[in-house]
Amino acid sequence: METLIGLLVAAPLLGAGVLLTGGRRFDRTGHLLGTLFALLSFVFGMVLFVNMLGKNADDRALHSHLFTWVPVEGFQAQVGFQLDQLSMTFVLLITGVGTLIHIYSIGYMEHDERRRRFFGYLNLFLAAMLLLVLADNYLLLYAGWEGVGLASYLLIGFWQHKPSAATAAKKAFLVNRVGDMGLSIGIMLMFTTFGSFAFSNVLPRAAQAAGTQHATITGIGFMLLLAACGKSAQVPLQSWLGDAMEGPTPVSALIHAATMVTAGVYLIVRSGAIFNAAPDAQTAVVTVGAVTLLFGAIVGCAKDDIKKALAGSTMSQIGYMIMAAGLGPIGYVFAIMHLVTHGFFKAGLFLGAGSVMHGMNDEVDMRRYGGLRKFMPITFVTFGLGYLAIIGFPGLSGFFSKDKIIEAAYAKGGTEGWILGSAALLGAAITAFYMTRVMLMTFFGEKRWVPDAEGHEPHPHESPKSMTVPMIILAFGSVFAGGLFSINSSFVKWLEPVTGHSEGNSPVSTGTVTAATMVCLVIGVGIAWLMYGRRSVPAVAPRGSLVTRAARRDLLQDDFNHVVLVRGGEHLTRSLVYLDHSLVDGVVNGSAASVGGLSGRLRRLQNGYVRSYAVSMLGGTAVVVAATLLMRAV
Amino acid sequence: MSFPLLTATAALPAVGAIATAAVPAARRVAAKYTALAFSLGTLVLAIIAMVRFDPGGARYQLTESHTWVKNFGLHYDLGVDGIAVVMVALTALLIPFVMLAGWHDADPLEGPDPNRRWRPTQGFFALILLVEAMVVLSFEATDVFLFYIFFEAMLIPMYFLIGGFGDRAHPGGEEEAARQRSYAAVKFLLYNLVGGLIMLAAIIGLYAATARQLGTGTFSLQQILDARASGQFKLGTDTERWLFLGFFFAFAVKAPLWPLHTWLPNAMGEATSPVAVLITAVVDKVGTFAMLRFCLQLFPEASKWATPVILVLALISIIYGALLAVGQRDIKRLIAYASVSHFGFIILGIFAMTSQGESGATLYMVNHGISTAALMLVAGFLITRRGSRIIADFGGVQKVAPVLAGTFMIGGLATLSLPGLAPFVSEFLVLVGTFSRYPVLGIIATLGIVLAALYVLVLYQRTMTGPVKAGIEGMADLKVREVVVVAPLIALLLFLGVYPKPVADIVNPSVKHTLSDVHKTDPKPALEAKK
Repeated sequence: METLIGLLVAAPLLGAGVLLTGGRRFDRTGHLLGTLFALLSFVFGMVLFVNMLGKNADDRALHSHLFTWVPVEGFQAQVGFQLDQLSMTFVLLITGVGTLIHIYSIGYMEHDERRRRFFGYLNLFLAAMLLLVLADNYLLLYAGWEGVGLASYLLIGFWQHKPSAATAAKKAFLVNRVGDMGLSIGIMLMFTTFGSFAFSNVLPRAAQAAGTQHATITGIGFMLLLAACGKSAQVPLQSWLGDAMEGPTPVSALIHAATMVTAGVYLIVRSGAIFNAAPDAQTAVVTVGAVTLLFGAIVGCAKDDIKKALAGSTMSQIGYMIMAAGLGPIGYVFAIMHLVTHGFFKAGLFLGAGSVMHGMNDEVDMRRYGGLRKFMPITFVTFGLGYLAIIGFPGLSGFFSKDKIIEAAYAKGGTEGWILGSAALLGAAITAFYMTRVMLMTFFGEKRWVPDAEGHEPHPHESPKSMTVPMIILAFGSVFAGGLFSINSSFVKWLEPVTGHSEGNSPVSTGTVTAATMVCLVIGVGIAWLMYGRRSVPAVAPRGSLVTRAARRDLLQDDFNHVVLVRGGEHLTRSLVYLDHSLVDGVVNGSAASVGGLSGRLRRLQNGYVRSYAVSMLGGTAVVVAATLLMRAV
Repeated sequence: MSFPLLTATAALPAVGAIATAAVPAARRVAAKYTALAFSLGTLVLAIIAMVRFDPGGARYQLTESHTWVKNFGLHYDLGVDGIAVVMVALTALLIPFVMLAGWHDADPLEGPDPNRRWRPTQGFFALILLVEAMVVLSFEATDVFLFYIFFEAMLIPMYFLIGGFGDRAHPGGEEEAARQRSYAAVKFLLYNLVGGLIMLAAIIGLYAATARQLGTGTFSLQQILDARASGQFKLGTDTERWLFLGFFFAFAVKAPLWPLHTWLPNAMGEATSPVAVLITAVVDKVGTFAMLRFCLQLFPEASKWATPVILVLALISIIYGALLAVGQRDIKRLIAYASVSHFGFIILGIFAMTSQGESGATLYMVNHGISTAALMLVAGFLITRRGSRIIADFGGVQKVAPVLAGTFMIGGLATLSLPGLAPFVSEFLVLVGTFSRYPVLGIIATLGIVLAALYVLVLYQRTMTGPVKAGIEGMADLKVREVVVVAPLIALLLFLGVYPKPVADIVNPSVKHTLSDVHKTDPKPALEAKK
């Protein structure tokens, strides 16, 4: 069984290797090969899952050591895998949703001449993401962490000929690198504290270490949070996610909704022992989560680009997960549960958006949609189910997982609990608003279609089966996963041995929380209906209030970045280039000149004495060598 | 007497240089193949040396010792430790690629050729072999004066390679190109010459000290170390510091360390890409290598004394080099400043004086050699095709030459130390090794990974992506010869990124020796490691 873990990663890696280096001979079969490798990985995952279910709850972890990666005195980095319930959950999500999206892409990318390469990148992503969740130490996790960053970079910029795509890709990588700095420093702190960065060495000793090394453990927590902020697009490192929508839509669904962006949640839950021992770091985590869940939701309300609205939503939903993860053992399980249900419904929503774009000449502006439900019935129904799931409609997946997080937030207790719980409730209302807005603007109302740049009238039509089947399967997940996980608290029991779990004492009863959530939902949906259902949607966005305009610009965070970091950086580098030439070079040359009249000679040499000088050099050396030889003879 | 393997490794390219130069003017292609064959032969010898080297054995192996000038204490002493044998192998590995990449760089121009008299093709390849011989000898020499001879002598062939075979793609036209080229070559020569002269003074000082205390003066590293170990020889604190500074200055110019770096962008910018690789990946490594071998071994106390200043300069190099790389408009100068940043990392690792720092720095030398070769040589292919090295003249290359763009990307990813590629391992080791002793410096150095991503990705975006620019439309993708150059380098980057153990195992014991020279032990983790 242990060997199978390696194969799980190896299959898509092999796929990537074959597709990216195989050349044109794979042009006609590349997409099928890529999908096959993804499916193979999923099958291995299922075999391991069934095997795991057959074992005792406390004895399910598998370990597989492959080889020593970096052997240096005192620093031993291993390539080893650890498959426990937490990793298993991710493996199934990554390979399952991953395979579906491979299948969807067969249709979506059909007319792209670089389709083979696209599937190669997707395979590369799967391999890196699996490495990330299967690594048994932080350095190997870091390899996967940057690997998914690379895949994300390549896929966001897949249509490189568009300058906007290339810029977005670069931005995503750079912002993520800031987060990666956090992970690097975190690993270094672990190394100097524990002499190791293996899970098995660091995590069991974190609680004990907090006694004498409290500040260090807190520091590690903060650094891991910084990493999570980068990868999971949390404030203040969220700015890349909206631009990342430049990538092909299946990429947005897989990487920028269902899997990669949730890696930050994985990191925090995996490092639970560290955060449990560092309450200050936990406070920072919940703060980031709460701020982002509102930030993303507000941005989501203002966007007219369907993918950017969904991206705001992703940010916000991951905010929920991060907040839950920051609550400690009350929240870990629910963070992951929401992560999985979100994986289903958000991937489904993105694939739905892709299907709409496919039928509408790649138009993304929702103001140019309208009335599509009659033309794309399957897309409408599956998107609709995803919509109901994300707003937390009773009985659907999101209802169960989001409710649990709100409850857990209140259960945190004290003022903190009230603030977090209320933020989460408010977020639920805003979610209901912006998702209803998306739904109404896209599928209801009158047609507001316009011809594209080349003058083609849109002829919306349902997408081919390869695209609709994955959407239908994901819709099933959106509807049933949450309920299934909640029967007998099966998901809690599944993860508890790894993450630990405690119920906490909520000052408000479960019934009250559910009722409050329902009220928020109705308010959100109601306002959206009043604004976009009852009234007709203007084809050109109204100017809007100050808040709306700010939200359209991602609450001005990008403008801040541009002025301070981009402009400031440009000025800095330009002045340094100037200084290096005039000052550093000048001073060094000058001080040498004052010693030996060097600069005068330099100038003279430039005027054509070069060769003679070089010859004299050569002659000089010859004399030295000859003299030495002569001395020997003496 | 056993076969003098180390001498042979240096003699073969030297003989090759003569053989290549002797090929008649009309047989240019024969000259190229002659040179290539000798460089491959040298590679074979270097690999044999690496295989025969026993990491568990004596510190210096494959030693050869002959008295050269007796009453002058000058010895022909060769020997390699794990670090040196790896550096020799790196040199021997890169030379064939440099030659293949520069296969047409020294072909006579169309029309009347002012250089016809001195057979440029033969000269170009002979000079490369000559550089190889001298670099190999400076890695192998265990006699201080012998080292100095080759350390200085390699400047001459390098000078001709930079000044005589410059980049034809120059923004200012032919005449300006020639002017800039000779300026760069002279600047290279004078900077390094001044460094070398100061070192020469220090070497004579060291000789005088040995002569005074031991009765007979010596340049032999082994004799000096033995005498010190037995207590016969001891340098006064001030003397040791002055001598250290003399040595270090020469190595800091060559490495190069901020603020002595300004010759490098000129030299790498004006030289052809293969020669630029020769400068940064091979010749400059002698500087950092010599810090490990001579500064730390001969002057351990002074090394520790100077550490704070050197670490700060290294840190400045890292950040400053990266920021300047971001601001460049010229592809080759950008890569040169990136190298300044990377040399900062190497020097940081050396003077952090931890196992991870030293092993990391040594691996860094190897990995930087390979990754910069990959990036710079592909950049050279790109520049030759377009006839310009200005970034703004490119755009959309990936559309017309996807393989070229792909290899450029991999070279770039190696330069920004992506995990899975070799430079990540060494960079992380240097960072960890620095952090464990100097946390604040380690954290600041980590900024380098963000800046590296910035200059690499901006370069890639501006040259490779976007709409196809005028002048790029017909650009051909990589030819077979070029693929032969790049593919093995990329394969090595991948292999050493995933499995650096073979190299690390050779290097580690030597690092241990070096650390015991300076009486340094690694900081212990705050908590005892779990059994």
